[in-house]
Amino acid sequence: MLRRLATIALHTFKESVRERVLYNLIVFALLLIGAAILFGSISVGIEQVILVNLGLSSISVFGLLMAIFIGIGLVSKEIERRTIYNILSKPVSRPEFLLGKYFGLLLTLVVNTAIMTGGFYLALLYQKRRLDWGDLVALEAVYFILLQLALVVGLALLFSCISTPVLSAVFTLAVYVIGNFLSDIRWFGQETHSPWVERFTGVLYYLLPNFSNFNVITRVAHGVSIPGYLLWSNTLYALLYVSILLAGAILIFEEREFR
Amino acid sequence: MLAVETRDLTKDYLLGFWRKRPRRALDQVNLQVEAGQVFGLLGPNGAGKTTTLKVLFRLVFPTSGTARILGKELDDIALRFRVGYLPENPYFYDHLTAGEFLNYAAALFGLSASERRLRTSQWLERLSLQDTVGLPLRKFSKGMTQRLGIAQALINDPEIIFLDEPMSGLDPVGRREVRDLILELKRAGKTIFFSTHILSDAETLCDQVAILNRGRLQGCGELGKILGMSVAATEMVLEEPSAELLRQLESFGCARVRTGDLVRVEIPPEAEVAAVLKVAVQGGVKIVSLNPVKMSLEDYFLSQVAPDPEPAGNGRAPLSSG
Repeated sequence: MLRRLATIALHTFKESVRERVLYNLIVFALLLIGAAILFGSISVGIEQVILVNLGLSSISVFGLLMAIFIGIGLVSKEIERRTIYNILSKPVSRPEFLLGKYFGLLLTLVVNTAIMTGGFYLALLYQKRRLDWGDLVALEAVYFILLQLALVVGLALLFSCISTPVLSAVFTLAVYVIGNFLSDIRWFGQETHSPWVERFTGVLYYLLPNFSNFNVITRVAHGVSIPGYLLWSNTLYALLYVSILLAGAILIFEEREFR
Repeated sequence: MLAVETRDLTKDYLLGFWRKRPRRALDQVNLQVEAGQVFGLLGPNGAGKTTTLKVLFRLVFPTSGTARILGKELDDIALRFRVGYLPENPYFYDHLTAGEFLNYAAALFGLSASERRLRTSQWLERLSLQDTVGLPLRKFSKGMTQRLGIAQALINDPEIIFLDEPMSGLDPVGRREVRDLILELKRAGKTIFFSTHILSDAETLCDQVAILNRGRLQGCGELGKILGMSVAATEMVLEEPSAELLRQLESFGCARVRTGDLVRVEIPPEAEVAAVLKVAVQGGVKIVSLNPVKMSLEDYFLSQVAPDPEPAGNGRAPLSSG
């Protein structure tokens, strides 16, 4: 099973890295990281804060775009072009296919994030003329970005099992945006003093993935390290949530017919 | 053991956005395919041929009824090691080359790297695709794509090969190659189950055929028996018959066509051939030939798929034997 899963994941990785949109996004991300040096140079005293903030935000935003735009096509493109017939007629179960697709895109995102992180550190090196151990704290933020991307790919995969690519992109982006403001939404519900609104926002708070927990860019930009418990709790949270998303996607995909 | 068996296989598709209405694609289809045969599933467009194959590969699920391949349940993943499938109008990954795709298909069967290389080059050569090395699949013609589809269906050396419209998109040379390949596979002891609406292919290749129309099995059996038993008419060729003789023959319901000095007289199946022959002999005409006209697959097919306002309850026609 693992061998077939790895074969599909590797194929998905090869397929993804040949997507032109991927290179466009990487180039844009690297340009923006480069531009962060310029913004930093005109911000006296907080050059590094600006560079780290802008650089890591670029990695996050462009990673998100890649995850959504490639993620929604993972399954729907295979169905639309009927390439899935060739794969599912081989000794490949539907869960293996879906998980292979998921891990293949995740691998692509890890490699791309690594490239963008490399660009970020080069920009930092150019600005500071040297790197020290303290700069490694940015890697904690990059790790959290990857956890977010793992969640986003899971969402895109789930939605693409039940909807069209365009709607899947809209739903994924909507959940991502809402997931970044869940604490505010819950606070708003409590402030209305309406039991119905409060209950609704409460359900949203617990049901949707809380992306704001992963946003530590500002903290890292000021050189503040992330506490160990947050590292573990976010990792566990992402693992659990991704498992639920993938289980949901598998359940739906098992029942899907390819007409 | 039967290679393929379906029992009362029925499939309804739900159509409509708000109010889903079922449309029957397969209606209690019973098929029995013996191992080592070339089996042709025939029918006009929309008859249910592709749906039958999709059910067998669990791409769609039956509404009722059962199906087995090599005696195994369809959801048995181990079964997939023993079968190959060419979907209708196949499409492959744009970014790959034929070699890369076959290598990927072989990898899904867990074959070693050296075995994958060997089989890939063998099948590329066998299906005349060896010159496409380096060419991405998006630049493939329809015929090349079809041949690659056949190659990927055979990469695991399957016991049964399911081909959905294998001749579709092929030029005469390509069709000949595929026909030869099917016969070669049969000689190697494989079972071939293919769907087609090109009757000449079925007539040339099949040991057994089944005819589907509007989801119902109209006839099933050995091609020789189906066609051999059905004498459509008797053809008698006469040389310079008199007008009086032709008038006499018309009274038996015979149709005639004149070609130069020869007149081809078609004696209908309900007429007594001996009586017609006696009249002709008494008329003193030279009888050039007298032959039974057997039904061609095309005639049989057309007789089975003709509009039927009151179809049989169980979907079986009188000729059905499978």
